[in-house]
Amino acid sequence: MEKNDRKVVIELRDVRRDFHVGSEVVKALRGVSFKIYEGEFVTIMGTSGSGKSTLLNQLGCLDTPTSGEYILDGVPVRKMRRSERAILRNRKIGFIFQNYNLLAKTTAVENVELPLMYNKTYNSRQRREAAIQALQAVGLGDRLDHKSNQMSGGQMQRVAIARALVNNPAVILADEATGNLDTRTSFEILCLFQELHRQGRTIIFVTHNPDIARYSSRNIMLSDGKIREDKENPNILSAAEALAALPKSNDD
Amino acid sequence: MSIKNLLKVALTAIMSNKFRSFLSMLGIIIGVAAVIIMMAIGQGSKQSVREDLSKMGTNLLTIRPGADMRGGVRQDPSSMQTLKIADYESILDEATLITHVSPEVTSGGQVIYGSKNTNSTMYGESPDYMTIKLWDIKSGDCFTEEDVLKSAKVCVVGTTIVKELFGSEDADCIGKVVRFKSIPFRIVGVLKSKGYNNWGMDQDNVMIAPYTTVMKRIAAQTYFSSIVMSALAEEMSDDAIEEVTQILRRNHKLKDDAEDDFTIRSQAEWMETMSSTMDTITLILVVAAAFSLLVAGIGIMNIMLVSVTERTKEIGLRMSVGARGIDIMSQFLIESVLISLTGALLGVALGYGGSWLASNVFMLPSSVPLWSVGLSFCICAFIGIFFGYVPARKAARMDPIEAIRYE
Repeated sequence: MEKNDRKVVIELRDVRRDFHVGSEVVKALRGVSFKIYEGEFVTIMGTSGSGKSTLLNQLGCLDTPTSGEYILDGVPVRKMRRSERAILRNRKIGFIFQNYNLLAKTTAVENVELPLMYNKTYNSRQRREAAIQALQAVGLGDRLDHKSNQMSGGQMQRVAIARALVNNPAVILADEATGNLDTRTSFEILCLFQELHRQGRTIIFVTHNPDIARYSSRNIMLSDGKIREDKENPNILSAAEALAALPKSNDD
Repeated sequence: MSIKNLLKVALTAIMSNKFRSFLSMLGIIIGVAAVIIMMAIGQGSKQSVREDLSKMGTNLLTIRPGADMRGGVRQDPSSMQTLKIADYESILDEATLITHVSPEVTSGGQVIYGSKNTNSTMYGESPDYMTIKLWDIKSGDCFTEEDVLKSAKVCVVGTTIVKELFGSEDADCIGKVVRFKSIPFRIVGVLKSKGYNNWGMDQDNVMIAPYTTVMKRIAAQTYFSSIVMSALAEEMSDDAIEEVTQILRRNHKLKDDAEDDFTIRSQAEWMETMSSTMDTITLILVVAAAFSLLVAGIGIMNIMLVSVTERTKEIGLRMSVGARGIDIMSQFLIESVLISLTGALLGVALGYGGSWLASNVFMLPSSVPLWSVGLSFCICAFIGIFFGYVPARKAARMDPIEAIRYE
């Protein structure tokens, strides 16, 4: 298969995660295994309580599996210490959150610079250059010094995406990245994700919205802590076309 | 994160909440200012007491009757009458390390001139007294040895008495006769003013007369209340004390194992005692002020805890983009140290202002010791770290998963 030639960015081997709530054991993940290859745009879907968030925390190295193994870009994560995982997140992962999570009263550039602040190999000039480049890549080259409270939701999410790109991560993890946006802006952001996908970025998009799956290259369905379905999308829709088909609106 | 960036982040956090930051600094500001003012006044008082004492002559020795007082043990009244004329004469004749001697008899009472009167103290002395206590005569002359021999009813008065009895400090009163306890005294001289001493005593409210006159005509006693002397030099005080002790022991026919029935104190000893008393008072005041720094530290801890809780989301975000526990910890520690050091800086400024006010408006002697400024900064840096540690640790230990979803 053609797939076997591609680089594996993420590999989960029978990942289980138990939580102890009082005397009960809640099994949030009950043996999840999959590989994600470089350049894939994967949506992970599931209803609430399906283990979606737990899986995202595993993928983001915010949490470690109770058993099984998670290998991120060739690095086994399960036995890592907290501070090692922090460095791993800093170098290999770009997070995008539903509510943007920008620093208040801080300019777009400074927000994007944030991950590089924790990377000593960048000096302040390189940091700024990388941040400006990332902002230009998301179409905010003209809003570098706007503060986070002076921007619309769509712009804030673009800043957040730039922040996720700035460290040139192995994988971008988006958690309901369009959840707080109106339909039109959602499609704009989806366009941006498809553009990044085209450029060869690896993207994992966690959502409960089945429509989004139609714009991604692969869809993993999670239910009750297990994978119920994992299939390629042979017919990827274009978000740009969907956006053009939307009735014109006056705002933004 | 580099120190420069940490400082920048901390500064941004402080500036974005100016009023709150100022309030949490206020405790430090007041505490540091209080410590500095207390130290300044303590230091200043000590200096001015030293100056006062040296104005009275640093080579001054005082003999008092009776053994050194020990913890309130009542002394035999006869022990208070051990200093006699013979002692004075022996010291005068034999002591080689003593330059001037004056016996002393004092009596308090009313002085009257015409229709005016005031209360004063009459000191019976020898003419040497002027040299021993560094008194200068403003007008007229001191009484003489002859006056002493004749028990003449003459006196030298301080400016306060001149002012009270003759209307003004500069009034001409030489040759006028005043009455002290109904005995007439002719004024032969006026003393140059010495002003108030540190204990608030008016040093110019005195009358000095020949000791013979005061002993016979006023106090009616044959013993002295003390003897004051000048040693050859300040450094020779101890040797002079030894010499005089031998003379007095012989005069008093004390056996070898008997205790002295008198006490000789040097001015140096007095200075020592005063300094250590002042040091104790200063220490107590500074400790009291330092407690306010402790309270200020608790205030900072409180504000930092609130700030950490408020910024849970920010902490979660920083952690998810790669901040380690130590990064978060340093961020909050630097913030609290910055708050307390800025407070210290403002406190030092306020302390200098307060000390200036104390010496120029309230006329309290004060001088800020430089080391107290350094000490304040060190203590405040310590407070920042010590009281910032708990909130910083709380921040560093947050679970990024929960922190990022915190609403």
